[in-house]
Amino acid sequence: MNHPELTLTDRRFGQTRRHDAWWLQPLAVFLGLSVFGLYSLWVVFQGDHYHHGPYLSPFYAPLLFDPAGHISGHSWLAGRPDWLPLWVPPSLLILWAPLGFRFTCYYYRGAYYKAFWADPPSCTVSEPRKEYRGEGSFPLIIQNVHRYFLYFALIFVVILAYDAWKALWFDNGNGGKSFGIGIGTLILTGNAILLGGYTLGCHSLRHLVGGIRDRLSGAPIRRTAYNCVSCLNRRHMLWAWMSLCWVGFSDVYVRLCSMGVLSDWRIL
Amino acid sequence: MATATFRIWRGDANEGKFVDYETEVSEGMVVLDAVHKIQAEQANDLAVRWNCKAGKCGSCSAEVNGNPKLMCMTRLNEIPLDAPVTVEPMHAFPLIKDLVTDVSWNFEVKKKIKPFNPRPADADDGTWRMAQEDIDRVQEFRKCIECYLCQDVCHVLREHDLHDKFIGPRFFVYAAALEMHPLDTENRLEELKNTDGIGYCNITKCCTKVCPEHITITDNAIIPLKERVVDQFYDPIKKLFRIFRPKQ
Repeated sequence: MNHPELTLTDRRFGQTRRHDAWWLQPLAVFLGLSVFGLYSLWVVFQGDHYHHGPYLSPFYAPLLFDPAGHISGHSWLAGRPDWLPLWVPPSLLILWAPLGFRFTCYYYRGAYYKAFWADPPSCTVSEPRKEYRGEGSFPLIIQNVHRYFLYFALIFVVILAYDAWKALWFDNGNGGKSFGIGIGTLILTGNAILLGGYTLGCHSLRHLVGGIRDRLSGAPIRRTAYNCVSCLNRRHMLWAWMSLCWVGFSDVYVRLCSMGVLSDWRIL
Repeated sequence: MATATFRIWRGDANEGKFVDYETEVSEGMVVLDAVHKIQAEQANDLAVRWNCKAGKCGSCSAEVNGNPKLMCMTRLNEIPLDAPVTVEPMHAFPLIKDLVTDVSWNFEVKKKIKPFNPRPADADDGTWRMAQEDIDRVQEFRKCIECYLCQDVCHVLREHDLHDKFIGPRFFVYAAALEMHPLDTENRLEELKNTDGIGYCNITKCCTKVCPEHITITDNAIIPLKERVVDQFYDPIKKLFRIFRPKQ
């Protein structure tokens, strides 16, 4: 049987001869990133229920100052700087760094170009636009700033690890602190580990620690660092999603504890 | 014996159509076997390029059910046979006839990449010394069989026809193999940025997914090259370092 109605190259949007559910992955990425983006936006401006005892939501870490009417015990400054407009919440001052790191991340770029711009929607699936400029010209040439966001992200890993450490020390009722482990401690520790796994597997870091060189045989420390980053980099997508989900989960947990919906179970 | 329908593109650069061929299939067959069976029994003039039937020559590249594949490595038990199996030529290159495309553009691109330029020999007998761990990284790139499936799936070539501005994943792998070689002294970064179009790659990883040799094209070749281009042209701190670094 002949099929004259079928052309070899059909470039209408969404055209493909693939039989599999090619739309499933971009749809999942679209929904995942949209939900996280909207939730982040809400958390930034909501400014309440961001701490519970020794726990601090990672969306607010580091907490430069407490929002009006709150004394969390986690803030770095005594109060809001006078020069800062009142509408600016503390988390807005810090979240640009981790969000910028994720936005310019090589994995996420490939994922959201497909999911949000359909550029392409999936492999061998036709696109909605004829024009294509790629990352070689404005505006996407800005993605090359990724390594600078990496430097900030590395600082954030240290800060979140410190927050996990602080989550081990609970008020003992006598004005002092005593060692303990709660579910929140495990959650915040998991958050620091997952974020560390994601950040330390970054393609830019891999380049900076060793990829930049053609020969690593004479530099054992550099070689070990390159091998370790490469090891994490092989599962970069997995680390990216696990750390993203865990950040959200950590905030939800602290929020629910703070609201009294959940009571934090102390293991030790 | 079971039968399956293969919907094969028949035609040349000017005109053509898909034609259904029903043929018997048996256990262990690959798509190329079925195409050969159809060629032998029903369509003697069906043009198909092939050579090794072992996934090593890279000749029988085509699109099977919309996925760029080596026909000789696509087993029939891995694809649904209850619907017609579409077999068509690669889309990124000019069609010659039926399943055969003109891939000579790739040969011309390869000629433009600066060749291997080793440092002076390490020993008096004109040989060099390399550590295995230094060569391991580029060893992966040498697995390429030049099937051009990565070129075919890349939307920059396939969808946007930017053949004059973008050399494609295969040649970023080739450039990476040279650029990262411990003996090589050539600098190809300016060409990679300006004429080879590495900035057009938007890291969709389709090339990595279709590579029959499982070369991690995007993560191990393209992104490291992108990072080297950033070092050279976009990173202001790196530029500062270069200004103050003593000349070697």
